[in-house]
Amino acid sequence: MIELKSICKTFKVARRNAGLNEAVKALFHKEYEYIKALDNVSFHINEGEMVGYIGPNGAGKSSTIKVMSGILNPDSGECVINGKIPWKDRISHVRDIGVVFGQRSQLWWDVPVIDSFMLLKEIYKIEEKAYQENFNELVSLLNIETIIRTPTRQLSLGQRMRCEIAASLLHNPKILFLDEPTIGLDAVSKIAVRDFITRINRERKTTVILTTHDMQDIEALTKRIILIGKGQILLDGDLNSLKKKYTGQKTITVEYSGGDIDLCDGLIVVEEQQGRAVVAVDADLISVSDAIAQISKTPGVTDISISSISAEEMVVSLYKEHNI
Amino acid sequence: MRTYLSFFRMRFLNGLQYRVAAVSGLVTQFFWGIMFIFICEAFYKSGGTPSTIAWNDLVTFIWLQQAFLALIMLYDWDFELFEMVTKGNISYEMCRPVDIYKLWYVKLFSKRLARATLRFSPIIIIASILPMQYRISLPQSPSSFMLFLVSLTLGLILLVAISMLIYISIFKTMSPVGSMAFFGLMGEFFGGMTIPIPLMPLWLQKVCYALPFRWCADLPLRVYSGNIPINEALTGVLVQLGWIVLLVGFGSFAMKKCIRLALVQGG
Repeated sequence: MIELKSICKTFKVARRNAGLNEAVKALFHKEYEYIKALDNVSFHINEGEMVGYIGPNGAGKSSTIKVMSGILNPDSGECVINGKIPWKDRISHVRDIGVVFGQRSQLWWDVPVIDSFMLLKEIYKIEEKAYQENFNELVSLLNIETIIRTPTRQLSLGQRMRCEIAASLLHNPKILFLDEPTIGLDAVSKIAVRDFITRINRERKTTVILTTHDMQDIEALTKRIILIGKGQILLDGDLNSLKKKYTGQKTITVEYSGGDIDLCDGLIVVEEQQGRAVVAVDADLISVSDAIAQISKTPGVTDISISSISAEEMVVSLYKEHNI
Repeated sequence: MRTYLSFFRMRFLNGLQYRVAAVSGLVTQFFWGIMFIFICEAFYKSGGTPSTIAWNDLVTFIWLQQAFLALIMLYDWDFELFEMVTKGNISYEMCRPVDIYKLWYVKLFSKRLARATLRFSPIIIIASILPMQYRISLPQSPSSFMLFLVSLTLGLILLVAISMLIYISIFKTMSPVGSMAFFGLMGEFFGGMTIPIPLMPLWLQKVCYALPFRWCADLPLRVYSGNIPINEALTGVLVQLGWIVLLVGFGSFAMKKCIRLALVQGG
C-alpha cells in the first residue's frame, strides 16, 4: 500500500550571525548549510493501518508527509503508494488521498464552509449521490450541521479543525494524512476528533498516518508507532510492546514535610521539589511493595502514589535513548 | 473542465459581492478619466492637433480605458496567490487533482471579469451623456465593434498569461514587490496606458509594438473607434494569438518546473 525505500532529502539553509557587518558580508557571500531533513527513510504501511508518526520538532515528520502527498520531490529513494509515485503522478495520486495540515487551512476564508465543500465536490468530481451520503455522514459525525453555514474566518479553532477534517474526507480517500490534527484544540474537541478518526479507520478501512506531539493522541489512536529523529527512522514498532518495555519502570511520588528520603538500591530520585519527590523504581532490584515500605520510613510522609510510565514519559525516554 | 468552470463561477460570484469597492473604484476611474481628458485637451489646444489620433477618438479611448480597466491593466494583483507561495499554503493546492497553472489562470481570469462586470456599464453610461466634447462616441462600424469585442477578449486572455509569469516568478524571488513594480510599470507604459501610443514618437511606438503589453490594451480600444482600421486589426488579432500560444506555453512549462522544485518548509 505505502512503501518508502531509502528516501533522502536535503535542504539548503542560509545562515549568518546577527549584526550589520554580517548582513553586509552576506550580500557578497552567502553561507549555506545543508541539512539532511530525511536520511534513508524506509517503511511499509498496509491498507487499513493506523500509524502514529512521532519525533521532536524538525525531525522530518512533515517532510515525510509532504513526500507521501506529492508536494515534495525527494533527492533520492523510492516511494510507491497505491502503485503510483506521488511526485510523478501527482494529479492521479492525490485523488486517493486526503490531507490535513493542522497549521494551515484548506477552507476558503471568506465564504461559508459549505461553499468550500461544494468546490471540493467539483474538484474531485464526486457524484451527487455519493457526495450527499458522505456529506450527511461526516456532518453528523463531526457535529458541524450549524457551523458549516458560517464563513471560515468566524469559526473557532476547534470548529474549523472539524470542518478541515470533513473537507479532507469528502472524496472518500483511501489514505488520510493528518499532520498535527489536534494542535491547539481543547480537551472536548480533541476527544471528538479522536473518536471520529478511530471510527473512519474502522468503518471505511481508511489508512491513517498521523503526526502529533500529543501522546494522548497516539495512545488513543494508534497501535503502531514510527519514531523519527534527525531525519532517520529510529524505531518502528508496536505501541503496546514498547510500553511494556518501559513499564518495567514504575515511579513513586512522595509528599513529605521535610528531611531526606530514605533510599536504597534500585530507587533513584528523578525529580525533587520542596516537600515532593518522584522516585523511579528499578523492578529488577527491588519490588514495588519493598520500595513503598522503604520510602514510608521517611519522616513526615503525607502522601504516596504509584504510577506506571505514561506515553509522554515513554517518548521522553525514547528521545533520550536515541539522543534526539 | 467542469472543475475549472466551477472555480470560475465561485470566484466570479465572490468577486461580485464587494459593492463598496466597486463604487469607490467607479468614482476613482471616472475622476481619473475626466482629469486625463482635461490634460489632453490642454495639449491639443496649445500645440495643435496631432494627425495620428482625432480628438473624439482620444476621448473614446480614455473612457473605454477607464471602463474596462480590470480587463486591460496588468496591475490588478491577487494577493491571495502571492501569499499562497510565500506562506506555503500552496501545499493544499498541490494536494488537489488539478493542474495548478490552469487553476490559477482561471482564478485570475474570473476575478478580472467580475470586477469589469460591476464597473464598466456605469462609466459608459455617464460618459455617453457628457457634453459633446467629452462624450464617448459610438463604434465606427458594426465590424469594428465586433473586432473590438474579439480583441478585448483575446487581450484579456493574453493579459492573464502575462500576469501568470509574475506569479510564477514569486517561486524564485519569494517576494512579489519587485516583479509587481517592474511589470506593473512596463505594462502600463508600453501598453499605452500612460501616454496613448499614437502620441508617442515613432521609435517608441515600434518598441511598444514589439512587446506583448500593447496587444492587451491599446489594440482593442483603438479598434473600437476606427483609429486602427479593420485590416490592421485582423493582423493584430493574429499577433495576439501568437503571443497567447507563446506565453501560455512558457508559463505552464515554468510552473511545472517550479512546482517540482518547490520546497514547502516548516510545519
